[in-house]
Amino acid sequence: MSRHLIRAGVLAAFVVVPFYLEGFWLQAGLFAMSAAVGAIGLNLLTGATGQLSMGHAFFLAVGAYAYVYFAAEPTGSLGGLGLPTPLAAVLAVVLSGAAGGLFSPIAGRLKGAYLGIATLALIFLGQHLLFNAGPVTGGFNGRAVPPLELFGFVFSDAPELVVMDVPFGALERLWFLGGAVLLAAALFARGVLRGRPGRAMNTIRDHEIAAGVMGVPVARYRAGVFVLSSMYGGLAGVLLALVFQRTVPDYFGMLLSLDYLAMIVIGGLGSVGGAVIGAVFVSLLPQLLTRYGDALPLVAAPGSGDGVSPAEAARLLYGAAVVAVVLFLPGGLLGLLHSLRRRLPGLRLPLSANPTPSPETRS
Amino acid sequence: MITFLELLVNGISIGAVYALIALGFVVIFKATDVVNFAHASLLLAGGYVVARLHAAIGFWPALLAGIAVAAVLGALVEFLVIRRSKAATHGVLAIVTIGVDIVLTTELTRRIGAEVLAMGDPWGSRVVHLGPVPVAETRLVALVTAALLIAVFLLAFKFTGWGVAMRATAEDPETAALMGVRLGRVSLSAWAVAGALAAVAALFLCVFPTPGLDRGASFAALKAFPAAILGGLDSTTGALVGGLVVGVTEALMTGYQNDLTFLGRGIGDVAPFLVMIAILLLRPAGLFGTKELARV
Repeated sequence: MSRHLIRAGVLAAFVVVPFYLEGFWLQAGLFAMSAAVGAIGLNLLTGATGQLSMGHAFFLAVGAYAYVYFAAEPTGSLGGLGLPTPLAAVLAVVLSGAAGGLFSPIAGRLKGAYLGIATLALIFLGQHLLFNAGPVTGGFNGRAVPPLELFGFVFSDAPELVVMDVPFGALERLWFLGGAVLLAAALFARGVLRGRPGRAMNTIRDHEIAAGVMGVPVARYRAGVFVLSSMYGGLAGVLLALVFQRTVPDYFGMLLSLDYLAMIVIGGLGSVGGAVIGAVFVSLLPQLLTRYGDALPLVAAPGSGDGVSPAEAARLLYGAAVVAVVLFLPGGLLGLLHSLRRRLPGLRLPLSANPTPSPETRS
Repeated sequence: MITFLELLVNGISIGAVYALIALGFVVIFKATDVVNFAHASLLLAGGYVVARLHAAIGFWPALLAGIAVAAVLGALVEFLVIRRSKAATHGVLAIVTIGVDIVLTTELTRRIGAEVLAMGDPWGSRVVHLGPVPVAETRLVALVTAALLIAVFLLAFKFTGWGVAMRATAEDPETAALMGVRLGRVSLSAWAVAGALAAVAALFLCVFPTPGLDRGASFAALKAFPAAILGGLDSTTGALVGGLVVGVTEALMTGYQNDLTFLGRGIGDVAPFLVMIAILLLRPAGLFGTKELARV
């Protein structure tokens, strides 16, 4: 019973948020949601299957740019297909999956950290394409993102909408879309992890040979999970593009991939909850530091040149957090919550216990 | 033809520098089974120390200091991080090194800021002519130094007690430990050596004809990753060949990019990675890597 109450409470809080919080926090929350979708995908690959990927940013870029290209009307030097926007979004996700599929001869054969280095190639290739394929990507300046239109409802500021005396702009409307997408993505990933594929993935991670002996087609699973994770990346890219309202190539670089790896390690490897917690932590930290940097020692205003800027302080913090989590909290923040719940039986945290073994139990 | 030879010489010399980096990378992998993603930041640290100190204490002492700092930093990473997390798997250890890399690179690029730091090397922008082919003196020095260091390293690997201990550990850590090899020392020394090699490489990556050490220097170092993996992560020979392949590919593609405009600008930076992908498609373990065989 209490679990239902907690769920209802979380849902109510989620619905109330856009009525009270200002745009800055809504945008930060939307970034966190899109990051959570991407991190869930990476966690399926890296956490649950043990395949390291440094190329996640590439698939975000594919998703974001494909959406823009499919949805935008051709203007001047920029091409576009002008498809209905929901169709463009679906096609963008499919295209990301196809890009992952093209890489599958490598993703299926290499394991662990080897794949990590091989996927570095995707980052460099991606940056090269983004800067050079001008008619599609807009080159250095990027492209404006056409707003999503679902059954006549436009996710932008344009037709004014006021709900209970609160003006509902793009961010408020996207808030609910983002929540729905994240929920669907999380439920699907949980289904994958709890079912037969999840068992197979964890066995491949823990003991490749044992998995093969038990009849798991290891290479096909590795390739398949890579495709699935790139589709999650693409979906996160579409969502990100809708929030940003502009795609710029610099954003989809190496640092973004490292951010995603930091998210899943800090949150907890191999579970949906871990990916979400990590994504919220890593994407809100810079925003928090930007907003409250004045009150903190050592953190300088952005662009002032002296001291540590908020973005750098955030990177230093979560880089250190990655190291600390692996050394002291092998289950990540999610594992910490679980062990808190075990130690304090009176405290009931609303966590769905995942049967995924934490990394330290592996051979 | 002259252009081709010039590009080839440049490619081989920069390839030798990549080989130095890849060699350190391979040594760490052989000794501790860890893929060290923090390698680029060790390199940046070494280069940064040289660039900051050379004006005050002269170039050669600064170079020694840079090498020492990178070696100590590598050893510290091993001692404070890798050694403390013995329980975790190697895949997770690779992610720890990413965390270390985020911290070190962020701090160093913050310190460098928008500056381009000169390395203060004695060779400057002098050019020598090998027959009709003009070559920057720094490139020749890089080639000779890298070749010497690699030769010394390979000899030490083959003939000294340290090298034997290192190879025994790579072969079978448990048996090596039972034979009296101190695994802690082996892995500590591997990280220190890799740091030192990276610092030397940093010097040559940032001298003429490149403008100097800037915040992008660690990206140049990333090209040593394909060098290491296309040769085979557990092969020192592979690191050398991989380094040369990457260096020559990059030099030729950059040199002829005006004839290759259909591939877009800056193809030289991407080409090494494309070569890596092509080789991995044919040989997933790399050119000289041992195929993993498992007995059940």
